[in-house]
Amino acid sequence: MTLRRPPLAGVYEGASLTDFGGWEMPVEFDSIRAEHTAVREAVGKFDVSHMGQVTVSGPDALELTQRLTTNDVAELAPGDAQYAGITDEDGRLIDDTVVYRLPAVSDDDYLFVPNAGHDGEMTERWASHLDRWGLAATVTNRTEEYAMIAVQGPDAETLLGAETALALGSLGRFEVASGAVAGVDALVARTGYTGEAGFEILCPAADAAAVWTALDCQPCGLGARDTLRLEMGFLLSGEEFHHRDEPRTPYEADIGWTVALDTEFVGRDALAAQARDGVDERLVGLELLDRGVPRHGYAVTDTEGEALGHVTSGTMSPTLGVPIALAYLPTEYAEPERSVEVVIRGEPKEARTRATPFIDR
Amino acid sequence: MSFDVPDDCHYLASHEWVRTDDGAARVGISDFAQDELGDVVFVELPDEGDELTAGEEFGVVESIKAVSDIYAPVSGTVTAVNDVLFDRPELVNEDPFGEGWMLELDLADESGLDELLDADAYRDQIE
Repeated sequence: MTLRRPPLAGVYEGASLTDFGGWEMPVEFDSIRAEHTAVREAVGKFDVSHMGQVTVSGPDALELTQRLTTNDVAELAPGDAQYAGITDEDGRLIDDTVVYRLPAVSDDDYLFVPNAGHDGEMTERWASHLDRWGLAATVTNRTEEYAMIAVQGPDAETLLGAETALALGSLGRFEVASGAVAGVDALVARTGYTGEAGFEILCPAADAAAVWTALDCQPCGLGARDTLRLEMGFLLSGEEFHHRDEPRTPYEADIGWTVALDTEFVGRDALAAQARDGVDERLVGLELLDRGVPRHGYAVTDTEGEALGHVTSGTMSPTLGVPIALAYLPTEYAEPERSVEVVIRGEPKEARTRATPFIDR
Repeated sequence: MSFDVPDDCHYLASHEWVRTDDGAARVGISDFAQDELGDVVFVELPDEGDELTAGEEFGVVESIKAVSDIYAPVSGTVTAVNDVLFDRPELVNEDPFGEGWMLELDLADESGLDELLDADAYRDQIE
């Protein structure tokens, strides 16, 4: 299968590349540590064009999106955004997404951003339910048309502010505005995946190079994106949940706050039951106290060696300098400071549960 | 990009190097290997006195993004371990042929060196 190339692929040079969700994406430009530190201490830019972009417009755009996402889409005024799950009838996560209600100047009412490689499946999901429910809306997969650039870090507002007339200071968290960036028509959202102040810029793929080039700062790859999000305890599709390999509900994945049970959506009844009865396992943070690096799939045991669960993501935290991980464990281990062990190459290593985010943001 | 490939070392195809001096051999991983791995954050090494056989996996180097086994280029007894790396694993990135060395071996048999790549052959492999 040919990998999809992001529109900026020809612009950045010297990056090491990998297949991510069917896209040929940069892993690192300089070093993961240098890129990570740039975002925590100054500013960095990411090509995130592999994220899906699907617009939903028409009289029933709200109802369709309301019934296919877990959060309350009706709460969104034009220019608002929200994080949500996309669940099946059993309440298990198929994807997670940010739903934007677009500023009024646009023809499209809603835009949602599925994960890399999920854009086709999610567009199909919206279109097939549109027919099934007899609703009137237009669903368009714009992933190939749009580029997406994230600029993240404490200096992001200053850097981006020099390239746009938009009043970035008055753009609240999870708000989106339309305006020119480096002379290119764009949507600018105060959203991101790093825990830092920052923005995500959506613009036509053909014009993306002008925006990328104008934002003169450290280019960052998927490697730093992963360490940054893990320090925040944010979920990564395919790691913390996967419809087949890691079927999890929002409550298990610790994003129960995205579930609006007073709305009607696919999976609502199953999730209402789980909200009532509680969950057996939950995603928790771990810090390794021994030397080593916890990785996806490593077993987690109690201090007697009895199996408890497994690591979904782990790394050496560049900010903290300690090994951290996320793992599904029995709910009684969800409180901090519980002693557990992570089995690394057959050796049990001492660890303890920790509240997330791992860093203070 | 050009990588440092010192002429006074022998190389394994899996990117370990060995430099000998009068029966003692110092072992590490190459500049190319550290660059491929990225930021090294953890090194697991054998103990002094351990016997290694050429081609045997003797430890692990972990970077932020990957785990990589490391292999003994030659057979011998471990006489020293660079325990500075336990606290400063980044030395593997910064100085792979110098301060980032991993262990020293008392060679069982110097003829094992003939099985390894010389600097020119290793350069051909990574270019």
